[in-house]
Amino acid sequence: MPTLYEQLGGAPAVEAAVDLFYRKVLLDDRINGFFEGVDMDRQIAKQKSFLTMVFGGPVSYSGQDMRRAHAHLVARGLNDGHFDAVVENLGASLAELGVAAELINEVAALAETTRADVLGK
Amino acid sequence: MSSANSPVLHWEDTPVPCLEGDTALEALLRAGIAIPHSCRAGACQSCLVQAKSGAVPAAAQQGLKDSLRAQNYLLACLCRPEQDLTLAPPGQGVRIPAFLTEADWLSDSVLRVRLAASEPLGHRPGQYLTLFRPDGLGRSYSIAGDDLELHVRRIPGGAMSNWLAEAQPGDAVTIQGPAGDCFYTPGDPTQPMLLAGAGTGLAPLFGILRDALRQGHQGPIWLYHGALNERGLYLTTELQAMAAEYPNFAYRPALLDRDGPLPELISRDHPKLNGWRGFVCGDPTIVNMLRKRLFLGGMASRAISADAFLPATLK
Repeated sequence: MPTLYEQLGGAPAVEAAVDLFYRKVLLDDRINGFFEGVDMDRQIAKQKSFLTMVFGGPVSYSGQDMRRAHAHLVARGLNDGHFDAVVENLGASLAELGVAAELINEVAALAETTRADVLGK
Repeated sequence: MSSANSPVLHWEDTPVPCLEGDTALEALLRAGIAIPHSCRAGACQSCLVQAKSGAVPAAAQQGLKDSLRAQNYLLACLCRPEQDLTLAPPGQGVRIPAFLTEADWLSDSVLRVRLAASEPLGHRPGQYLTLFRPDGLGRSYSIAGDDLELHVRRIPGGAMSNWLAEAQPGDAVTIQGPAGDCFYTPGDPTQPMLLAGAGTGLAPLFGILRDALRQGHQGPIWLYHGALNERGLYLTTELQAMAAEYPNFAYRPALLDRDGPLPELISRDHPKLNGWRGFVCGDPTIVNMLRKRLFLGGMASRAISADAFLPATLK
């Protein structure tokens, strides 16, 4: 049984999805304020790590890592609505790439496991 | 791979034991060498290192920009050495003696300085070097061509720019470099290219432009040089002459007081940038705005090279 990461297409799939996903995020007025003035290259690399993780790939950030990385955004008001918007953009990007709905649901479920840590709950 | 033929890994001059199946990152960390790292999966690119000698496994360059591949950069976490390999931190280049050969004013505020080095720097036009005067003060400048041509903006009270303005041919300096990944790589010679910058951000772009044309780039090349007003432009005659000579090259001086902000002007000229390659240079604010605009216009993130000039010594 191939893993989710393999079914999605592994690293090349991350490569294909990252620009699409990050472009949607930057164009989404609900959340793009959090990305004002950040270094784009570094941000793209972070988004690749994030996608690899929620694709079930070989990136494992601990809950503590996720808390630390987002604490400054939580201080600026990052909330459930923002988290939902990111997951929505992720799903839309994968749908645009022709990923099957059940795989998108699996990705969304993996993203969901990070919610409490990302939002510092 | 038998252990008798195990490849030998070096970190600079230090041999690093490499067990079968090790990634270079695992071997280096076990040897107590503190390599920055995070995801260990080739995504975050924290563990970027440079191969000084040896064969770079193709898998270790997965996801890297062409300009980094061209300089033998690799990701230590994806690198399983197949042959002997010597790795080092991301390059700062060599430090070599040089001297000033020529200096002339390109505008009220931009001085063109030419240097000769005691040995070839091995740079590509668009990369940068750090120039040290004899007392050790150093500043970084982009390299505008095959020779060591720099464009120095004279800053009121600026220690280095005023010193260079008074310097004489023959004056000795030290240079360190090359550094930076903002340069032309051949790839697809028909790909449309967009070069945009402000102020002395023109220096690397001028270097990249000439390099691309010399290497026979056939696709359209658009150069946007942003300035507040006419007085902020320079090399206009040369660039207009090049535009007349090369039908695929368009020179677009962009004056804030006439054309509005540069990113908006580019969007009006080119609403869709899918499949283009981009170079953006200048101060960090304009570079970040331009880079974002090109990306949102559809340019792939990997196809955008940016060089933000930091105001201090360090780049």
